[in-house]
Amino acid sequence: MVMKKFVLILAVLGIFVIYSAGIRHQVPVLKKPQSLIASSSPPPTTKSGSTISSTGSSAAPQHASSGRYKDGTYTGSVADAYYGNVQVAVTISGGRIAKVKFLQFPNTHSTSVIINDQAIPYLQQEAIQAQSSNIQLITGATFTSQAFAQSLQAALSRA
Amino acid sequence: MTQTQIIMGMPITIEITHGGSQPIFDKVFNYFKKIDNRFSTYKSDSEISKINNGLEASRWSKSMKDVFKLCEQTKEITNGYFDIDHNGQLDPSGLVKGWAIDNAANILRKQGLKDFYVEAGGDIQVSGTNSEKKPWAIGIRNPFNINEVIKIVSLSNEGVATSGTYIRGQHIYNPKNKNQKITEVKSLSVIAGNVYEADRFATAAFAMGRKGIKFIESIPGLEGYMVDDKKIATYTTGFERYVIKNA
Repeated sequence: MVMKKFVLILAVLGIFVIYSAGIRHQVPVLKKPQSLIASSSPPPTTKSGSTISSTGSSAAPQHASSGRYKDGTYTGSVADAYYGNVQVAVTISGGRIAKVKFLQFPNTHSTSVIINDQAIPYLQQEAIQAQSSNIQLITGATFTSQAFAQSLQAALSRA
Repeated sequence: MTQTQIIMGMPITIEITHGGSQPIFDKVFNYFKKIDNRFSTYKSDSEISKINNGLEASRWSKSMKDVFKLCEQTKEITNGYFDIDHNGQLDPSGLVKGWAIDNAANILRKQGLKDFYVEAGGDIQVSGTNSEKKPWAIGIRNPFNINEVIKIVSLSNEGVATSGTYIRGQHIYNPKNKNQKITEVKSLSVIAGNVYEADRFATAAFAMGRKGIKFIESIPGLEGYMVDDKKIATYTTGFERYVIKNA
């Protein structure tokens, strides 16, 4: 009986050691966990190669009374990152983020895989709206139709 | 002083705030004519048409080889989305326009000019300030209403280019899937350090469809403004610093 308990304790200890070693190995995989910790800050305004936005990855673990996160794994809700859905799970260990796992991730094409390796930026959107202001010139798709060119040339010749 | 000529099948406008003279305008317009004669796929006697009809590589001009090299490099960094090979026919015009505008701007700089813009078919390089000594104010055209502007950006030494399908109809396709037309994205404007970068990345990113704006976001030094078929604009994180609010 005693022997069995001892073996069990050893086994649990062993699993814990393996588990914590695993966590330690996972830590260097993380790029910038602090950007997730600061999940209440506004979306980044400058480009950052590895910023994980608070909106795109909506897993916001509860703060413990100590101000650190409670240990555990937290799954975020599915967030529409406009090019596809993003969902993450965050594992907290010792009050720190030990692992960020993407449960959903748009990577159907090779290009998006390459791009997604870098970051998931949260891009802002707005409904387009006519502007009225003093402008010098306009950027737009190229006018190359013959009719347009002719009409413009005619207009210019009168100008 | 502002002058416009129709070259390469499109209006090309040059404004020089001060210090412009007719010989300088002529020099730049003549440069565009030279580019047109060499790179136009619409002219049967252009070098690019001759190459597509089998002109041997030993007789290609240096600037043609330079452009091909730039196209090859652009294809690589855009993961194949920039491709000048259309069914065996080479058409580098997705890069040549921005490259030519950039070179034209350098001609003006070599003349000692600092305040000007060069615009060809909606792609623009600005330098310095306008006649009011302010940065250049540039409108982004509404792809649903060509008489309307939906965004105004303030630029002083950047290039901006827009890719879209709304003027000539559907003419840009995904080079990785030639049957897939770009329909969701109506226009994509890119601001870069110069118009050469803006043009080539606007062309490539437009071919990516909705992912294009994310590709622009991923490249340092580029900002973008994409308008989709739902009249919703998506823009990169650094784009707003260029925006002039509605007056």
